Amino acid sequence: MTPSPDVMIVGAGIVGAACAYELARAGARVEVIDSGLPGGGATAAGMGHLVVLDDNEAELALTKYSVGLWHSLAKELPAAAEFWGCGTVWVAADEVEMAGALAKLSVYRQNGLAAELLDERQLYEAEPNLRAGLAGGLLVNGDAMVYAPVATRFLLEQSKAKVTRAAVTSLDDLKAGAVVCATGAMAPALVPGLRVRPRKGYLAITDRYPGFARHPLVELGYLQSAHGDSNESVAFNVQPRPTGQLLIGSSRQYADSTASLLEPMLARAFAYMPGLRACSVIRTWTGFRASTPDKLPMIGRLRDRIYLATGHEGLGVTTSLGTAKILTAEILGYAPPIPAWPYRVERFDV
Amino acid sequence: MKFDVAILGAGPAGLAAARAAGRRSASVALIDDNVTAGGQIWRGAPRIAVPTGVRFFPQTRVFDLRPGFMLLTESHGAMEASRLILATGARELLLPFPGWTVPGVFGAGGLQALVKSGLPVGGKRVMVAGSGPLLVAVAAALRTAGARVVGITEQVPLGRIVPFLAKYPAKLPQAFALRARLLGVPYWTGTWPVRFDEGMVTLSGGRTVAVDYLACGFGLVPNTEAAQLLGCRLDGGFVAVDSRQETSVAGVYCAGEPTGIGGLDKALEDGERAGAAATGQAVNPSRGAFVRDLAAAFHLDPRLFDLAEPSTVVCRCEDVALGTLRPYREWREAKLMTRCGMGPCQGRICGPITNCLLGWSAESVRRPLVPVAAELLSKDVLQP
Amino acid sequence: MFKLRCDGVEIVVAEGTSVAAALLGAGVSRFRSSVTGEARGPLCGMGVCMECRVTIDGVGHRLACQTMCRAGMEIMTT
Ligand SMILES: Cc1cc2nc3c(=O)[nH]c(=O)nc-3n(C[C@H](O)[C@H](O)[C@H](O)COP(=O)(O)OP(=O)(O)OC[C@H]3O[C@@H](n4cnc5c(N)ncnc54)[C@H](O)[C@@H]3O)c2cc1C
Ligand SMILES: Cc1cc2nc3c(=O)[nH]c(=O)nc-3n(C[C@H](O)[C@H](O)[C@H](O)COP(=O)(O)OP(=O)(O)OC[C@H]3O[C@@H](n4cnc5c(N)ncnc54)[C@H](O)[C@@H]3O)c2cc1C
Ligand code: FES
Repeated sequence: MTPSPDVMIVGAGIVGAACAYELARAGARVEVIDSGLPGGGATAAGMGHLVVLDDNEAELALTKYSVGLWHSLAKELPAAAEFWGCGTVWVAADEVEMAGALAKLSVYRQNGLAAELLDERQLYEAEPNLRAGLAGGLLVNGDAMVYAPVATRFLLEQSKAKVTRAAVTSLDDLKAGAVVCATGAMAPALVPGLRVRPRKGYLAITDRYPGFARHPLVELGYLQSAHGDSNESVAFNVQPRPTGQLLIGSSRQYADSTASLLEPMLARAFAYMPGLRACSVIRTWTGFRASTPDKLPMIGRLRDRIYLATGHEGLGVTTSLGTAKILTAEILGYAPPIPAWPYRVERFDV
Repeated sequence: MKFDVAILGAGPAGLAAARAAGRRSASVALIDDNVTAGGQIWRGAPRIAVPTGVRFFPQTRVFDLRPGFMLLTESHGAMEASRLILATGARELLLPFPGWTVPGVFGAGGLQALVKSGLPVGGKRVMVAGSGPLLVAVAAALRTAGARVVGITEQVPLGRIVPFLAKYPAKLPQAFALRARLLGVPYWTGTWPVRFDEGMVTLSGGRTVAVDYLACGFGLVPNTEAAQLLGCRLDGGFVAVDSRQETSVAGVYCAGEPTGIGGLDKALEDGERAGAAATGQAVNPSRGAFVRDLAAAFHLDPRLFDLAEPSTVVCRCEDVALGTLRPYREWREAKLMTRCGMGPCQGRICGPITNCLLGWSAESVRRPLVPVAAELLSKDVLQP
Repeated sequence: MFKLRCDGVEIVVAEGTSVAAALLGAGVSRFRSSVTGEARGPLCGMGVCMECRVTIDGVGHRLACQTMCRAGMEIMTT
């Protein structure tokens, strides 16, 4: 009989894979179970934008730390992971949003993050296909992009963990020193009562239009869509892929909303980039974010030997690497690399 | 626009369905993306009559279908219908061999379609290759258009074609008529192209033939995507229908190639049944064996699946070679890791190939059915 | 008969000709460059394979086999 592993990770999305990678590097014997394809869940549905967000201090700390980790990992990633240090352009529609951009700039600068305010002219130099009449924007230089399914596969391979395809029905039945539940939006199926709700998002992808957009573009109102709790919201969020394709997002809705948000989402995108109207869309799909009440992930011990790494909402690709560091420290009893209490599971009742 | 019956596809099956439905219902729409009615076989034929009383929408591509039923089109917005008949036909099975991506290599029906849309082939040296009754029809059409058909290669050995024709004597006059138009054209059976290079086709067995065009198709793949989008059940890769051509989704009927590759006569019979059933008329029983016999007679030689080399491109949209796909176990995994099937054809060409070469089956269909301008997807037609 | 242009070169075509047929007839075989730079041209002739994509009157990714020629069209291979 093979000895049971030190850590059994349930879920081979980017979060589970990053945890496997980090735990293995720290010397733990790790195994992974997934009911489907590694990287085939939300990880395959998302955009892979590695982005620092500053809605609150805890979010800023985790995203900043994680984007830094991605830059360190970049050299090792295979070419197919398409890591691209493209930055992000936050688009300000009017003077009010421009003031928001200015405030954002000072937060980023205070935190040692490179960013530049773009006036109207600089905005159109950077992104000529934006509609006329916008006020300006903010270029955040350190943000990047990755093709998450390949990155997931890479992290798993590096961990050398055995990956088994099986559906887990009970975490307690798994034989291991520690069990990590990293099943994303499906976590409540294994942890009844967990305050994680699936939040659906539509995406559309176009044929190749090299140079049409040069940076991931996000409207400054995005944070309101992501962090507000409104049942249905859309925001302008367009990302060029290294292939020249354009990913068009984003939308958010909880299970009790059944409307299609594809149409309003596209309409929002056209309002910022009219030229998108004529771009040929080859596929549309939806994915589910794991949304917690405060939109921060749950990382750490749930009870005895059961740990959680879920609730990453629209940022799980970005924050996977930071999550893995925090969780590894907790499981192996080290001090966390950044203060970990904002992400602790016990901030909610289960 | 609202109709009792909407028919998607104006090939023989769709036309027959329109005729049958038109006998009973005043409000029938027939929709096709081509300039004229007729589908593949009657493409470009002069005066294919659309049954009177039926509203024909040519050059109208349907890119989405919704329950209830709603058809979203590029040129006419949304159309509504209480019943839907899917007569979406088939495309060709194209198999990779070294050189198959070089311009000048076409599908067999593909080159025929191009000729029907105005490509002059007078004096061009063309080889017609692959498998199935379509090859002879294509060769005859090309010759009529003035091409020098330098040979037909059929992968099936002669010993399997003869008994098939003997069992269906009704098809013989047609076969002889086509053959008569092809006097002097070599017909190599049990043979296939293994390479195309600088205008030279190498055949299995070693013979080389100089050509301007190679027209090569290995049979037909049913267009089931529209049915899949509506949730119709498939059976062995074809749309499952009952004896009235009704699919697993009530009110959705399917006729012609998507329910089984059977050519013209089967398409006409299916269409008649579907049109009658969708309008509450009595339905003739089907005479089913031909589809099975055709598939058995033109069963593909497994050696055809070994022609591609590791460097041969399988997914032409994304240039993914066979060797890149080999390490993976299933379609979705390969797709996520290599981009195979992620391009604009959405696996319509490489999906059937990986099915033959690697035993994979492609995953579910997503909207839009065909690439469309983003603008069309944003019009929320459900809420006026 | 009427005229259109492909990559700046004038082509004379008959009514009812598809763009794919017109280009092939005029000796154009490379319609597009694949993502790794290979030459590609029409394959299926029926709007499925997407190999015949060209730019027509400034709009990219148009299917040459599904588009009918019109007088004065400006076609660019890619
Ligand atoms: C539309 C959209 C856009 C996004 N854009 C971005 C972005 O730009 N940047 C960013 O950082 N993030 C983005 N995200 C979020 C990001 O994709 C997710 O946060 C991240 O992929 C979550 O990874 P995960 O490993 O937690 O979950 P998943 O990838 O869903 O992995 C969970 C795994 O668990 C498995 N599993 C579930 N239940 C069981 C069980 N009972 N037994 C065994 N296995 C099980 C599943 O099969 C799955 O593989 C986006 C998300 C969406 C939906
Ligand atoms: C390229 C090709 C050439 C062929 N040539 C011959 C031949 O010469 N002789 C012969 O006997 N058999 C030929 N066949 C076989 C042919 O499939 C059958 O003989 C017969 O035409 C099948 O009739 P059908 O009505 O089922 O399909 P089809 O004739 O294929 O008709 C289906 C129609 O639906 C349309 N359609 C599909 N999807 C959509 C959509 N989303 N929106 C709008 N319109 C849509 C198609 O454009 C097509 O016009 C050919 C097949 C192919 C694929
Ligand atoms: S030739 Fe295949 S889509 Fe035009």
